[in-house]
Amino acid sequence: MSALRRWLAGRAAVVGIPYVWLAVFFLLPFLVVAKISVSEMETTTFKDIVAWKDGAIAFSLNFGNYLLLVQDSLYFSTFVSSLKYAAVTTLLCLTIGYPFAYFMARARATLQPALLMLVMLPFWTSFLLRVYAWKALLTEHGLVAEAIEALGLDRALAALGLVPGAGQLMNTPFSLVLGMTYTYLPFMILPLYSNLAKMDLRLLEAASDLGATAWTAFWKITVPLSRAGIVAGAMLVFIPCVGEYVIPELLGGPQTQMIGRTLWDEFFSNNDWPMACAVAVTMVLLVIVPVAVFSRYQAEVQERRT
Amino acid sequence: MSAEAFLQIRNVVKDFDGNRAVDNVSIDIAKGEVFALLGSSGCGKTTLLRMLAGFETPTSGTITLEGRDLAGLPPYARPMNMMFQSYALFPHLTVADNIAFGLKRDGLPAAEIAARVEAMLKLVQLGAYAKRKPHQLSGGQQQRVALARSLAKKPHLLLLDEPLGALDKKLREETQMELANIIEDVGVTCVMVTHDQEEAMTMASRIAVMSQGRFLQVGAPAEIYETPTSRFVADFIGNVNLMDGKLVEDEADHVIVDCGDLRHWVGHGITGTLGMAVTVAVRPEKIRIAAEPPEPEAGVRDAGFNRVQGTVKDMAYFGSFTVYHLQLASGRIVKISQGNTERQSATLTWGDSAWASWSPLSQVVLTQ
Amino acid sequence: MKRAAFFGTAAFNRAFARGWLLFGFAFLYVPIVALVVYSFNDSPVANVWRGFTFKWYAALVNDRELLAGLALSLKVAFSTACASVVLGTLAAFALTRYRRFFGRTLFAGMVAAPLVMPEVIIGLSLLLMLVSLQRATEAWFGVGFPERGMLTIWLGHLLLGMAYATVVVRARLQTLNPQLEEAAMDLGARPWQVFWLVTLPMISQALLSAFLLTFTLSLDDVVLSAFLSGPGATTMPLVIFSRARLGLNPSVNAVATIIITLVAIGVVAASLVLARNERRRAQDMAAANRGPSP
Repeated sequence: MSALRRWLAGRAAVVGIPYVWLAVFFLLPFLVVAKISVSEMETTTFKDIVAWKDGAIAFSLNFGNYLLLVQDSLYFSTFVSSLKYAAVTTLLCLTIGYPFAYFMARARATLQPALLMLVMLPFWTSFLLRVYAWKALLTEHGLVAEAIEALGLDRALAALGLVPGAGQLMNTPFSLVLGMTYTYLPFMILPLYSNLAKMDLRLLEAASDLGATAWTAFWKITVPLSRAGIVAGAMLVFIPCVGEYVIPELLGGPQTQMIGRTLWDEFFSNNDWPMACAVAVTMVLLVIVPVAVFSRYQAEVQERRT
Repeated sequence: MSAEAFLQIRNVVKDFDGNRAVDNVSIDIAKGEVFALLGSSGCGKTTLLRMLAGFETPTSGTITLEGRDLAGLPPYARPMNMMFQSYALFPHLTVADNIAFGLKRDGLPAAEIAARVEAMLKLVQLGAYAKRKPHQLSGGQQQRVALARSLAKKPHLLLLDEPLGALDKKLREETQMELANIIEDVGVTCVMVTHDQEEAMTMASRIAVMSQGRFLQVGAPAEIYETPTSRFVADFIGNVNLMDGKLVEDEADHVIVDCGDLRHWVGHGITGTLGMAVTVAVRPEKIRIAAEPPEPEAGVRDAGFNRVQGTVKDMAYFGSFTVYHLQLASGRIVKISQGNTERQSATLTWGDSAWASWSPLSQVVLTQ
Repeated sequence: MKRAAFFGTAAFNRAFARGWLLFGFAFLYVPIVALVVYSFNDSPVANVWRGFTFKWYAALVNDRELLAGLALSLKVAFSTACASVVLGTLAAFALTRYRRFFGRTLFAGMVAAPLVMPEVIIGLSLLLMLVSLQRATEAWFGVGFPERGMLTIWLGHLLLGMAYATVVVRARLQTLNPQLEEAAMDLGARPWQVFWLVTLPMISQALLSAFLLTFTLSLDDVVLSAFLSGPGATTMPLVIFSRARLGLNPSVNAVATIIITLVAIGVVAASLVLARNERRRAQDMAAANRGPSP
């Protein structure tokens, strides 16, 4: 019996240690944030929600921040534009990344490890530096800026409203989306590649044998089978993009309000902690559906594997 | 035979989430026996084996080895070793280290370990491969290393999980004999699990046919094959013709069973009541087929029994024997297997009319 | 063997595939190459080429702020990687080996969430909890713990690192044949011996990957570090970030080039070693199956 107890104790430790750690450092902070978001700010600290006053419990909940978020059109439009930019970035990553991953997966088997390495290399290089690199490329006289101007594309971009005017490519919606797409592209390619590389090519042969054209086979077989990869990639791009801070700060401008920046400014510039918390809680609520989808998908994939 | 059996399994039950995998199984296994658990997947044989090894705990019941109750003993404390279906050779260790693994856990002196490893390698004839890693070995070689590793600690009980399952057919035939010989030489008591009847019949001294967690019949291979006690067992092992009928006559030295389109004269008595429903089982190789009506059968009252005429509906040539499907006027199909004892002896073909006949010693009467 | 051909001729398809891959790789690498090239640019205007020089590299040696940041970042990254691998392995085991335990769904969710959760949320929430903790300990014990600094940065990076490490180790554990561990137990190994002698050697490559991954992640992190740092605890990315915010700065290019070179050497070397091991393994297995009959 003691052997059994020892085995159970071991198991309790293996599960318990990370569990407790996460509960304390991941779950508990969320509860703290929720609490602060409904607290009143008192100079540099905040009042307790529940206090003992005059022999009775007094609640001092302040939902004012949330009301402000809902009523103030600026906050609302920031939320909307964050979702919009994240969605556009995800679509672009998918459009560029899916064919990329597909061609990688169909390349010669001896070539694939090298291709994978070439995709991983930027991923391992500091993302901050690569975003900074775009800053250099898009600022006046930058290589890419000059190329775009030379091709006359900047006027097309201006017509689309992506840049305020010809020649001003930096700190615009264009530079922001470009930067985010660039940064998150490997996050889309890798799960897609992993999924597509494992696909059984004989399924396509069977389809062809049964009379499907290559185009039909692609849409009816390859794409549905790669759904797990698409969902994983899309979530890995969309959710972090919604709350991005660094890229909007370096490449975005006054036109591109993102909620990550708002949170940062509320906290660091305005020192309004309850407000920052309210923004954070709202952000969590915004992304909780995609996060749940992602988590559920991961669980399904894991279940199928084990 | 000592009163205390070597391995005693008593009323063992295993439930998984309301699904009963092993249903009240009891058996005594003698020392030195090679005992096979035979059944298709999901019948509970692997679960029972794992309970012996200690990887699963019985929901109820006891398992006793050499008088010692194994309850609560973890796998590493049990005096038995298992050979896994996937061999489970440690890929990062050499062949020699794989074999020595269990010995090192026991803390034996290095010299003794080395001697034992060498003896094991010699037993499975892999002496030259001591320094190789598993991925550098072929399937058959890996299997032998797995066997050597499981015998290295001189276990009191050897457990085999589908030992030949991972080998292709040719290799399987060669290895079957070798494996049986090694086990006999070493003299270890063995419990094996398999879904392959051939494997069970060639290697085991006793077989337990399992289905849905229960033992349907336990006996020597010949016993199981020639005298099955139920339709399921008769059908599971080899091929069989099962003919339902009514018991018409029941004497001490014979019974008559009327199956409607044919009648059986069975050369032994059974305990039963007249008019009861029985099934007569006859193996295909015990039925003769010929174009002409057969000679009268010795021991049978008259020519109305143990013979029937039909048309050859199907036949399949297997090289050393041919299987015929004879269709009777009633529509029943009788399966007949005939050895090709002469070259170019096939005289019957599709559509021919033919007679099937069998001896009164060839049938088994089943009541369940 | 029939290849899944697209519309048009096979030659067009190949050209299209190659073109797309080339375009994709160009997109990925042009910024990196530009960073490296312009680190040698001798010009006050950072992105207009004027001449070749090493002066920015020379200046790095005296750049105390950057060097201090680098030292701190390396320390934090190393400790983050170590702790992430430990916690991640535990979590991976918990999720793969134990089918059910109390609150498994919540646990799985908590482990996966930092992978996608925006860092500003993680950073803010962790910071506020630590501040509350600090205030509470100050009120109760007279001394506030934890002080914002290296420890708090480490905690934040660890949260993220653990999520990544779990993914990597878990993927490896799932391909591990469970019969190997059972065989070890059957042969007499106690559970911790099984882990040490059998499981650990087999997942060692995954552990190394997890280590490198979390190391890089921590070295590169901006947002979490910003929220959780304290006076005197400025990591290198924070230094770079503040400089980048102000405008283009060639010192950043110089640092970037060094980092890129180191990473490139590391990744290429690792890939070559892995490829060579794979090749050797395949050869061994083929030889074994061709060889004399058992």
